[in-house]
Amino acid sequence: MDIHEYQAKELLAGFGVRVPKGGVAYSADQAVYRATEIGGSRWVVKAQIHSGARGKAGGIKLCASDVDVRRAAKELLGTTLVTMQTGPDGLPVHRVLVEEALPIARELYVGLVLDRKRERIVVVAHPHGGMEIEEIAQREPEAILREVVEPAVGMQAFQARELAFGLGLAPPQVSQAVAILLGAYRAFRELDATMVEVNPLVVTADGQVLALDVKMSFDDNAMFRRPNVVELRDYAQEDPREAEAAEHGLNYVALDGDIGCIINGAGLAMATMDMIKHAGGEPANFLDIGGGASPDRVAAAFRLVLSDKNVRAILVNVFAGINRCDWVAQGVVQAVRAVQVPVPLVVRLAGTNVEEGRRILSESGLPIITADALAEAADRVVGARRSSPPDPLSVPERGNVQSPPSPAGRGGQGVRTSNANAPGPV
Amino acid sequence: MSILLDEQTPVIVQGFTGDKGTFHANEMIAYGTNVVGGVTPGKGGATHLERPVFNTVKEAVAATGAAASLVLVPAPFCADAVMEAADACIRLVVTITDGVPAQDMMRVKRYLWRYAKERRTRLIGPNCAGVISPGKAMLGIMPGHIYMPGNVGVVTRSGTLGYEAASQMQALGVGITTSVGIGGDPINGSSFVDILALFEADPETEAVMLIGEIGGPQEADAALFVRDNMTKPVIGYVAGLTAPRGRRMGHAGAIISAFGDTAAEKAEIMRSAGLVVAPSPAELGSTVAAALARKPSPRVMVGR
Repeated sequence: MDIHEYQAKELLAGFGVRVPKGGVAYSADQAVYRATEIGGSRWVVKAQIHSGARGKAGGIKLCASDVDVRRAAKELLGTTLVTMQTGPDGLPVHRVLVEEALPIARELYVGLVLDRKRERIVVVAHPHGGMEIEEIAQREPEAILREVVEPAVGMQAFQARELAFGLGLAPPQVSQAVAILLGAYRAFRELDATMVEVNPLVVTADGQVLALDVKMSFDDNAMFRRPNVVELRDYAQEDPREAEAAEHGLNYVALDGDIGCIINGAGLAMATMDMIKHAGGEPANFLDIGGGASPDRVAAAFRLVLSDKNVRAILVNVFAGINRCDWVAQGVVQAVRAVQVPVPLVVRLAGTNVEEGRRILSESGLPIITADALAEAADRVVGARRSSPPDPLSVPERGNVQSPPSPAGRGGQGVRTSNANAPGPV
Repeated sequence: MSILLDEQTPVIVQGFTGDKGTFHANEMIAYGTNVVGGVTPGKGGATHLERPVFNTVKEAVAATGAAASLVLVPAPFCADAVMEAADACIRLVVTITDGVPAQDMMRVKRYLWRYAKERRTRLIGPNCAGVISPGKAMLGIMPGHIYMPGNVGVVTRSGTLGYEAASQMQALGVGITTSVGIGGDPINGSSFVDILALFEADPETEAVMLIGEIGGPQEADAALFVRDNMTKPVIGYVAGLTAPRGRRMGHAGAIISAFGDTAAEKAEIMRSAGLVVAPSPAELGSTVAAALARKPSPRVMVGR
């Protein structure tokens, strides 16, 4: 989970990290009020989106008067900002951060990450801030400073001092930088962050050390114990389909292809997408429906996949283990009856009770193409996609799709809810 | 022989009396696993599935001699349960739980290092399907019937993709010594390298199938370990060719964030280290079968 810059600064300030004076604004009027509140004669108005590289995209404006602040806020609020990191669709700007503009003498880089190889929190620093760390690593890898934190005792002051002296700071600045480094570490540790980046950490012309721009990401798995972080979530910055998927307990990632995927298990989902590519197709999405393939959950998955208008065919691939293929097949049949599926549908079932599952699919009277093996499933869905009309949603529905509802009804309620409660992954 | 687990291994279940604990304990018992009891704090003294329930792991170990534990407790309590098992001298802990905070895992692994090597607990998982030695015992939630006993070791991040591999192998008559799911999280109790070392030392394992995915340095580390330390053929696969950068693909650890994290890069590292890489996920079984047929010339490269 990501949060906005102004939120990250408020959190870090609570851990003793010094940040510029500033405040968030939702309107131009509010922005001017913030500027007055801050005082001084120069301000920066910064678009708040979940992306870096905002400066180059025109999302950060330097202002020398109230009029400037109002104009900058007006220009930014309500627009969509496209940066090198957002992708072509960009992200909406609903908030701006108004801050005092500082005279900057030096820019440094500080980042804290959870290092997967060392299985430790690692603090990284570099004497040249303002660039992306990847860029820094490419240009001057030898100047990168690293401190690995021992989890049993946490980050020690000497480690922060080593970094601060290593960055070439003078003694009066070292003590300020140490406070910032230790504060950032405590925030990382106590808020279950996965990344804290202070880029740049600046030394002002009058010798103050501050975190000028910060970024924080958090461990989704730990958010159950961080309600104060969870409430900072901004759904406007997230793909609405991914947010909807999360509500149904599904894991969805939109991609550029046209073959919709509904699969159980993250690894099998990735492998099935590989197989589609291997067969000459392009997956439209990653979608892991998890363990219990209940009719409701499968129906939600179909709705989600079909909300992507590029989808020309759908592949369902379920390896039923603890779960059973007959339950999964019933879930698929009910979901297809409840949700109109206007594109070819290929279903591959494998695992426990597979014959019974296939029988249910074939006796359903629905136009479902079945496959036994993974390669066959991928070939069939790629073939079906080729024969699918270019705009399936404008084509009259095929008769089969409107076959009468089963005695169990169309909603999927009351039927074999047992598999929804089946424990664990299938 | 199998690694980690056989039909003799005395097993307890932590979270024994819950829905999941009950269901999977029953499945394990039906498969032949030597389940000797379980732990649910507050329910000590009760009998569940005709086996004793204990309040603490120490009590369970004292009364039953348990050597392995399956942890099926909710994510917020998982780290605590693993450390309790380690402190009670359980040698093998398998945790299925999904959603364990990464910093909890960091502390758990640090905690395991407190113990001398001779008595240190081996942790498998979290967020995995568990361990199965086909025909002997299973310590996990996998469907036992798709695994055939045999001579190939399997180590995989993913549960369902591991099932896919096992059933492809079964269809071709290729059996498995032990299959180990290391889990899809960024920090795992055991790494690919840890499990490869066990398979290399196991006289019955003739070849190893290693199924990785995008994200993290483990597949590359495993490839180098195979090159430098293994005599047995290793067949690799890395899922996630179509995964975009920076997006988490279901598993907490399946995210491309650094150089070498992509499926293509990892597969290339494997190939250059001498692993046979399965050309597609539909050919996991057939690639293993072909490699077994080719023995004893293990370092054969298969082009794509």
